[in-house]
Amino acid sequence: MIFDFLEVLVNAGFWAATIRIACPLLLATLGELVCERAGVLNLGIEGIMSIGAMVGWTAVYMGADLSTGILAAALVGAAFGLVHAGFTVYLGASQHVTGIGITLFASSMGYFAFRLLLPSSTTPPKIIAFQPLDIPIFSELPFLGEAFFQHTAFTYLAFLAVPFVLWLMNRTPFGLAVKVAGENPMALEAQGIDVLGVRTLAVIIGSALMALGGAYLTMSAFDAFYFGMVNGRGWIAVALVIFASWRPSKALLGALLFAGLDAYQVRAQQLAGAVIPYQFFLMLPYLLSIVAMVVAAKSTRYPKALLTPFRRGERH
Amino acid sequence: MAPLLEVLKIRKSFGSLVANRDISFNVDSGEVLAILGENGAGKTTLMNIIFGHYLADEGVVKCAGRELRRGDPRAAIEAGIGMVHQHFTLADNLTVLENTLIGTQSLWKPMLSTAEARQKLVALAVQFGLEMNPDAYVHQMSVGEKQRLEILKTLINDCRLLILDEPTASLTPQESDGLFGSIRKMVSSGLGVIIISHKLNEIMRISDRIIVLRAGETVGTVRTADASKRQLGEMIVGQKITRPERRSSRMFHPKIKLENICTRKTNLQATSLKNIDLTVRGGEIMGVVGVAGNGQRSLAEVMSGHSKPTSGNVTIKGIRAFEHTPMSFMEAGVAYIPEDRNNDGIVGDMSVWENAVLTETQNAHLIGKMAMVKTSQCRSSAEKICSANDVRFQSINQPARLLSGGNIQKLLIGRWFARSPEIIVACQPSRGLDEGAISAIHRSLLAARGGGAAVILISEDLDEILALSDSIIVMYDGYASEPFENRNVDIASLGMMMAGDGFNAV
Repeated sequence: MIFDFLEVLVNAGFWAATIRIACPLLLATLGELVCERAGVLNLGIEGIMSIGAMVGWTAVYMGADLSTGILAAALVGAAFGLVHAGFTVYLGASQHVTGIGITLFASSMGYFAFRLLLPSSTTPPKIIAFQPLDIPIFSELPFLGEAFFQHTAFTYLAFLAVPFVLWLMNRTPFGLAVKVAGENPMALEAQGIDVLGVRTLAVIIGSALMALGGAYLTMSAFDAFYFGMVNGRGWIAVALVIFASWRPSKALLGALLFAGLDAYQVRAQQLAGAVIPYQFFLMLPYLLSIVAMVVAAKSTRYPKALLTPFRRGERH
Repeated sequence: MAPLLEVLKIRKSFGSLVANRDISFNVDSGEVLAILGENGAGKTTLMNIIFGHYLADEGVVKCAGRELRRGDPRAAIEAGIGMVHQHFTLADNLTVLENTLIGTQSLWKPMLSTAEARQKLVALAVQFGLEMNPDAYVHQMSVGEKQRLEILKTLINDCRLLILDEPTASLTPQESDGLFGSIRKMVSSGLGVIIISHKLNEIMRISDRIIVLRAGETVGTVRTADASKRQLGEMIVGQKITRPERRSSRMFHPKIKLENICTRKTNLQATSLKNIDLTVRGGEIMGVVGVAGNGQRSLAEVMSGHSKPTSGNVTIKGIRAFEHTPMSFMEAGVAYIPEDRNNDGIVGDMSVWENAVLTETQNAHLIGKMAMVKTSQCRSSAEKICSANDVRFQSINQPARLLSGGNIQKLLIGRWFARSPEIIVACQPSRGLDEGAISAIHRSLLAARGGGAAVILISEDLDEILALSDSIIVMYDGYASEPFENRNVDIASLGMMMAGDGFNAV
């Protein structure tokens, strides 16, 4: 029995599933991380993922090619990021309230637009989603090939987002400004840099990444769109950012860990379904995430200016 | 040749408050200009206008003859103005080098270049005596090091006029000396320096010329060589205010005694206490000196019942405390004047009268049956406290946060003293207050001492400690020194101890 549970871990299918499940979480976590590093909590994440999922899918359904679908999703995400930044950065509105508002608005509007476009269909229509793209030579490797090198192009793209965000945050002057905006905005102001502009751009970039995370669901993981398909992944990403202590490399670790637990619980259900109620396994990834969060968050340093609006020319 | 900086007829108001009224002055290369004035005199506002943080309502700032674009720090930096703000503008989560890179390169460059900046940083640091490790993280640095980094940041931007806003506010005397050494090097290499301060002694030492501001207006300009401290003091305040003098008083029995007190770190910033032994007698003011963050706050929290020591005893009036809560300490006669008066002292959005009776929740005269507040009694009690302590307000119903710092502090002290406390824990009681309020607070503390109370005075202002205390202890890294008699103390050795000298043996 114990042996069966361990055997899952040497199954290439389990690892391939982990990679697939990690992608939307990874993109969303990186997106949220960029926003929060600039000092802006973006709870619009769940809605932005939904609308990204809807727009990417719809674009392809209407005849655009897959890469145009990705671009469309990113642009809509960026637009919602601009809205969030407009309220929170320029008007200094509550980041929590604005974010929740965007989530409610974006997820409902996405489904509303979907029903307007396709009023009569009862079973969700399908598109031809991204197909597996075998990486030459590597995909031939035993075990490793099946686990890691027979994924869709969107999957590889999602993982390339990690070096992209690492480069953006740690190697560019803009990334330096983003980190300062989230720590002590006065340090930017004192160097004559537009704090509000830097924060806005960071929120736009982060929101575009979130929307890509949503689009992954309808364009690579599945091939259809339905209401509520993001299913809390955005909230998990918000927690993963804390788990990652706002570091892109640890965000990768967190997304893989959570995805691994999720992939594992599906298989564990089948093994022990008769003995242990399946709900227990459904709960498992969340339970272990909470434990991981508690352990990781103890040593965490928040960006100091997170949630604090900045206003020019005010007395401090 | 046009002067390095020319300020012409600057006027700025915030609502009905006029912060700057037609202020004009010049600064030349190789000169240290001091701007002197009380808190609220408009010094920082003026500097923020020059540097472009604020937009002036009227007036012009010219740098080397050319008018500066208004309200744009970028323009000021490019014209060669550098400013070290009172509250550091550093990102704690970044390194020294990264902090100096902010704003030096276009945000749209795909790659941050660091090699050149590192060379320049090291070279400038050596030239001006501001050495530091470029890869150290700012949150690991001391206040003095952070200050040096702020100056380096301006030098890296090729600054020719340096503005220093209250640069010595949290430095040890030795660190201040180091800072002044660097300033002299900069001046001799042709920079102009504006230094803002309300510490007369320092200004007399470092500046060439002094401008005194009061209530937003220029009172006068004097050459430092021709100025006397007394004359300047009167220019600052506008009238003669004398601080009260300490007379000898009778010492009574120990009121509060700490034995072998240790505490745990409660958060990242706090310093834990290590084996603290001290006794404060009735009729005694014990001054606690030390650089900020060496355990003074933890000490105050233990003495006021806000935190429970991990080991050791607190004995109040001969009775050992078992219950370490603010309420039980209050009932035993302890009054606590917190360091952060706006957040820990008052509830800003509650009215003045509510704040004046906040400590009286157990007072049957003010709180009736069913825990109903007896509003009229409370108001009259509050009015009594306010008039006795000269707390000025527009209405007793206005939110307490609208009071000035001095009035908030007088309200707090009045509220506590109405309970006739026997032990007073006062943290930074006069920080950021004007001269009138400081005198009033000193008078209250001395009166309490005369009445037989034990006072623990925690302050970063050495002059205040020396003026008021009967005995003095130094805190460093959570350790406390033996108490010194005030008359046996010299400032140089106190300064050495504040920097940790003599604590290695502990």
